[in-house]
Amino acid sequence: MTQTAVAPPRQRSPRTPRRRDMVGLRRARWGWAFTAPFAVFLVAFLLVPLVYAFVLSLQNTTLAGGTSWVGLANYVKAFTDPLFLDGVWRVLLFAVIMIPAQMLVALIAALLIDALTTRFAKISRLLIFVPYAVPVVIGALMWGFLYSPSFGPAQELFGLVGLQAPNFFSDSNVFGSLVNIVTWQWAGYYMIIIYAALQGVDPSIYEAARVDGANAWQIALRIKIPMVASSLLLVLVFALIGTLQFFNEPQMLRGMASGSITSNYTPNIYAYTVAFSYHQFNYASAIAFALGLVIFIGSYVFMFATRKRSGLMK
Amino acid sequence: MKKLLAAGGVIAVAIAALTGCSGGSGAAASCQNKIVHSDAKQVTMWAWYPNFEPVVDLFNKNHKDVQICWTNTGAGNDEYTKFSTAIQAGSGAPDVVMLESEVVPSYVADGSIVNLSKLGADKVKSNYSEGAWSDVSNGGAAYAIPVDGGPVGLLYRKDLFDKYGLTVPTTWDEYAADAEKINTATGGKTLMTDFPGNGRAYQTALFAQAGAAPFELSGKQDIKIDLNDEPSQKVLTYWNNLVQKKLVGTEDSSTTDYNTHLVNGKYASVIAAAWLPGYLQGFTGADKTAKWAVAPVPQWDTANPVQINIGGSAFAVSKQAQDPKAAAKVATEIFGTEAAWKLGIEKAALFPLWKPILESDYFQSKAYPFFGGQQINKDVFLTAATDYKGFQFSPFQNLVYDKLTDAVNSTNKGKSEPEAALKTYQSTVESYAKQQGYTVTK
Repeated sequence: MTQTAVAPPRQRSPRTPRRRDMVGLRRARWGWAFTAPFAVFLVAFLLVPLVYAFVLSLQNTTLAGGTSWVGLANYVKAFTDPLFLDGVWRVLLFAVIMIPAQMLVALIAALLIDALTTRFAKISRLLIFVPYAVPVVIGALMWGFLYSPSFGPAQELFGLVGLQAPNFFSDSNVFGSLVNIVTWQWAGYYMIIIYAALQGVDPSIYEAARVDGANAWQIALRIKIPMVASSLLLVLVFALIGTLQFFNEPQMLRGMASGSITSNYTPNIYAYTVAFSYHQFNYASAIAFALGLVIFIGSYVFMFATRKRSGLMK
Repeated sequence: MKKLLAAGGVIAVAIAALTGCSGGSGAAASCQNKIVHSDAKQVTMWAWYPNFEPVVDLFNKNHKDVQICWTNTGAGNDEYTKFSTAIQAGSGAPDVVMLESEVVPSYVADGSIVNLSKLGADKVKSNYSEGAWSDVSNGGAAYAIPVDGGPVGLLYRKDLFDKYGLTVPTTWDEYAADAEKINTATGGKTLMTDFPGNGRAYQTALFAQAGAAPFELSGKQDIKIDLNDEPSQKVLTYWNNLVQKKLVGTEDSSTTDYNTHLVNGKYASVIAAAWLPGYLQGFTGADKTAKWAVAPVPQWDTANPVQINIGGSAFAVSKQAQDPKAAAKVATEIFGTEAAWKLGIEKAALFPLWKPILESDYFQSKAYPFFGGQQINKDVFLTAATDYKGFQFSPFQNLVYDKLTDAVNSTNKGKSEPEAALKTYQSTVESYAKQQGYTVTK
C-alpha cells in the first residue's frame, strides 16, 4: 500500500513542473516579442539620449579650445551658480504655493460634486475638467492675451469698479499670474482623481456616520478626506515632480512679460537657454541632471515623510 | 497557423515602428518649392524671407546644373536652434543657411560655416558696400554673402507731428525736446517712442552711433571687450533720462501689444531699420488717419553724421554641405540678379545690399505709398546704407544680448543707474568669455 502510494508521485513530479515551465516560457516569449518594438523606442529615445547627455555633462567644449573631459566640474559649477540656485529656489516656492492651491480647489470641487448628485454637478465636473484638455501652450498663450493690458479684459473689468488694473506681468505679480494659469489648468485633473477615489468609498460608512449623528461637514472632513488621503499623496508626488520641472507656461509668456521672466526663472528655462541660446550643451546637460538630482532628493524626502499615509513604502 | 500569423504581426509592427524613425535621413525629402530640373544637383536651403518662393522658383528655372530645395524652418532664433542642434549632431544641417549678420561671428567661431573667399565670394565682393562686406567677414575672409540690410532711419507720424507742432529732430537734443512737447500736449497718452528692455540690436546700434566699438577679435583666442565705454554710458544715460521722466515707453518690443502701439498712436515715432515698414503695414489696430514719413536718424554731431544698422541677413554655407562649391554658387547667385531683387523689394520689402540694384534709378526713385509717396530710399535709407561702416559682433552675441537686456531692464525699472548697469554688463560678458577660453583684454 505505501509503496504503490509513494512511487507514482515521484514519477510524475519531475515531468509536470517542466510542462508548466514550457507553457509559461512560450507565453513569456510572445510577451517579449510584442513589447520589443516599444522597448526599442524606450532605449533609442529615452535611455540612449540620457546616457549621451550624461557623457556630455562630463565634458567641456569651449569656443576657443575644443572638447575635453572635466569630470564633475560642470556639476560643481551648476551647484555654485547663483542663476541655477535662484531658479531652484523659485520652483520650490512655486511647489509650496501652487500645489496646495491646486489641491484645495480640486478637493473642494470634488467634495461638492460628490455631495450633490444633480445635473448641475455633472456639468460642473465637465467644465472644471475642460481646461486640462486644452494644450498647455495654447492655455498659456490665451492667458497671455487675457493678461495683456491692451487686449485683455482686465482694464474694463477693473474700470467698472473704478480701480486701475494691475500689471499682471510686473516683477512682483508675474509669480501670482503663473500660479493662476497652472491652477486653472490642473485643478480639474486632480479633481477627477480625487472624485474617482471618493467613488471608491463604501457608502455604508457614510450611513454609519449619519446614524452616529455626523453632519455633512463632519462627514467631509473626518471621513471623506482621510479615505482619499493615500491617493491624494500619490498624486502630490507627481505634482511635485512636475512643478519642479516647470517650463512650459513661463517660457511661453517670456515674450510678453517685459523682462519679469528672466532666462533663469526656472532651472529648465535656464538649461534651455544655456543649451540653445548660448550653445553650451555640456553645461546645459549638467544643469538638467543637477535638477534631476534635486527632484529625486525632493520627492524621496516627501515620500519618506508621508510613507505611513500613502502606504507606498513599507 | 496562428503562430505564423502572430509572428508576422510582430515583425510587421517592428518594421513599421523602425521605418518611422528612419524617415527623413539622407536625400532632400521635402522641399517647400518645386524642383524644375530633377536630374540636377540639389542644394538644401533654410530661409525665412517673406514671399521667398518666387525667388527660389526664379533661380531653379534659370539654372540647369543646380536646384534649390528650400524649407522655412522658422525665423531667427527658431532656425538658429535647429541649425546649432544639427551641427552639434553631425547631420541634418542644410547646405545653405540664412543668418542674420550679427550671428555670423558666432558660427564662424564654432566652425559651423565655411570660408567662401575661394568658393566665389571674392568675385562678387565689389557688388557690396564696405560696411556690408565687413559684417560678414572675419580676418579678411568672407563667410557669408550679404542679402539685405537694416539701415536705420526715424519713422514718424507726420500727422501727429503736425498736430502738436513738432519739428523733425536732427539732433538728439531736439529729439528730447520733441519728446517733452508731445508728452505735455497729449497728457502722456502719446509718447515719443519706446525704449524696450529687449531691444538688443536696437540699443547696440544706438551705442555704436555714439562711437561704441565693444568687440575686437584677433586670432582665434583673443578678444577685446569694452561694453561700458564712454559712448555707451552717454547714450544709456540720455535714454534713461527720458525713461525716468516718462517721456518714452519701456514695454518689450515685438509683442502684440507693442506692435499695436506702434500703429495706433501710442508712439509718435520709431527709430527703425528699412525692413520695418513692411511689417508696419500689416499690424492691426492702426489709426485710419495715420500719415507716416521717414527722416534721417538724429545725430550727436550733425557735422559728423554716423549711420547705423539694425539687422540684415546673409547666406552662409554650412560645414555639412556635401558640395560646397554648388552651395556657394547658390548663395552668391540667388539674390544676384535684378529680377530676383525686384521680387525681393516688391513682395518682401527687403532692403538690398547688392549695389547694382541699390544704386539703380528704379530703387532710388521708388515711391512708397505707405509713406504717402515719399521716396524713402533717396531721402534716407540710401545714405544710411552706403555710409554705414560696419560693426563687429561677438562670437557669443546671444549671451551678450541677454545681458544687455538685463542691463536695460534694470535701468528702465529704476533698479540701478546706467553706470552700474553697464559695469555689470561688462563684467558678466567678460567672465563668460574667460570661461570659454578666450584671452580677454579691455
